[in-house]
Amino acid sequence: MALLSFERKYRVRGGTLIGGDLFDFWVGPFYVGFFGVTAVFFATLGTALIVYGAAIGPTWDIWRISIDPPDVSYGLRVAPINEGGLWQMVTACALGSFISWALREVEIARKLGIGLHVPFAFGMAIFAYFTLEVIRPILMGAWGNAFPYGIFSHLEWVSNTGYKYVNFHYNPAHMVAVSLFFTTTFALSLHGSLILSAANPGGGGEVKTPEHEDTFFRDVMGYSVGTLGIHRLGLFLALAAGFFSAVCIVISGPVWSQGWPEWWNWWRNLPIWG
Amino acid sequence: MAAYQNIFTQVQVRGPAEMGVAVAGDIRRDGKPWFFRLLGTFGNAQIGPIHLGMTGIASLLFGFIAFEIIGLNMLASVKWNVVEFIRQLPWLSLQPPPPEYGIQLFPPLAQGGWWLMAGFFLTVSLLLWWARTYARAKALGLGTHVAWGFASAIWLYLVLGFIRPLLMGSWSEAVPFGIFPHLDWVGAFSIRYGNLFYNPFHCFSIAFLYGSTLLFAMHGATILAVSRYGGDRELEQITDRGTASERAALFWRWTMGFNASMESIHRWAWWFAVLTPLSGGIGILITGTVVDDWHSWAVAHHYAFTE
Repeated sequence: MALLSFERKYRVRGGTLIGGDLFDFWVGPFYVGFFGVTAVFFATLGTALIVYGAAIGPTWDIWRISIDPPDVSYGLRVAPINEGGLWQMVTACALGSFISWALREVEIARKLGIGLHVPFAFGMAIFAYFTLEVIRPILMGAWGNAFPYGIFSHLEWVSNTGYKYVNFHYNPAHMVAVSLFFTTTFALSLHGSLILSAANPGGGGEVKTPEHEDTFFRDVMGYSVGTLGIHRLGLFLALAAGFFSAVCIVISGPVWSQGWPEWWNWWRNLPIWG
Repeated sequence: MAAYQNIFTQVQVRGPAEMGVAVAGDIRRDGKPWFFRLLGTFGNAQIGPIHLGMTGIASLLFGFIAFEIIGLNMLASVKWNVVEFIRQLPWLSLQPPPPEYGIQLFPPLAQGGWWLMAGFFLTVSLLLWWARTYARAKALGLGTHVAWGFASAIWLYLVLGFIRPLLMGSWSEAVPFGIFPHLDWVGAFSIRYGNLFYNPFHCFSIAFLYGSTLLFAMHGATILAVSRYGGDRELEQITDRGTASERAALFWRWTMGFNASMESIHRWAWWFAVLTPLSGGIGILITGTVVDDWHSWAVAHHYAFTE
């Protein structure tokens, strides 16, 4: 079946956070657990609601299907199903399944006796989503400020929200977030390359060592962060990118409602320039 | 219950500085290595030595010239007033030649001539640095994967500042040097061509950019999580699979039904990172040359409404 050659000895009981050994089993390669059940429940319900939304909506075109949040006139109230209530339920289901998934990762990590870095990292992504869809709309007093669920409709939301602040590139937290996304991708390229180049030297050469990795980077730029350090660096950069993404959107509206280019006037108007 | 998560190195082992793997032929490594304790809590504490060589020195020199041309032009634009230079710095720019100069090689210096020179020196600097990454890998008997990853980034840079302006017949199409000015260029470019969000290659590029960040979060977190079993020694784990690899693989297999191997995760990483600027460069290259209005294009291809 779907068991790797070395897998059987790792499939042990325990490590669950809730429910004892009630759902402590696997289906094919998947671990189930209590949170696997809740994740499947929320994901299935949420997907079904999206399909229902498409059915009562204007199109079946996959690019154009959109589940929109309630109009801002509804404020923070519960809206009728076909006026954004669907979006509210889908959001609840999404959060339910994301959080279930993270807790399931915790259970799997405990079962394998490894660190909790992955669920923590996923938590940062959930936090960014929660900020966009819950924190910011609440701070602005209406669910209508959240983004819709649709392939191109969410891009249109990004575009429109950006122009509401004239030029979103001037948002200082957005600058930091974009820089972090680029830096993470750059670092990932360097790390992936370095491992591949040492493991695949070409020309029938022998596989190289971490000493070669360190030497390559010291030769090129005078510093090698090392085998452990690069993973700390990569994780830090990626998490910081997610964190500053959340910051850049939550300050747009609740903290600053004019164009972002104007925000920078404080710098030009500092009293130190004389 | 609470377990040490290996976020920082608690005990630093310090031996004599590593001077690097010996290579065939005469190679000079410069600088006396020193140790930075604080850095050692995060990664390696050792800084240096470095091998600069002819290409390294030439690259730094050309890069410095480009940097100076840009900086001095900005300083000149505020009439050599240093206080104003600092005050206005984020807004200052060095602009490419205006449209009437087309792709002339020698427009007047104040009409984009300096921009062309800065771009030329910066390009030479980057290409020399590329040659270095290639030559160092060869000298150490490594594959040249780093150089080809770097080449992908240089491709995007050349499309933005050289190839697309050539195809459009005007240097004025290129990106200016400057912090806010290059952001203004990005914003104006998107508006001019009907919203870049409708450009499918822009979609790919963004997906690979976010995908790269997701992959590094997943990979970095996984390796740190199994570092208590020596998982950070990836080359050893690739050639001789240990329990760290097995647990890392099973974590993802049990979570999402699929896992990479210790080697293949780096292939995923390489391709995601490389495809980000590669597809981005294609998206820029065909904007204005092949497609003039991405929104109309999206309407014609049934993924946007007319409104």
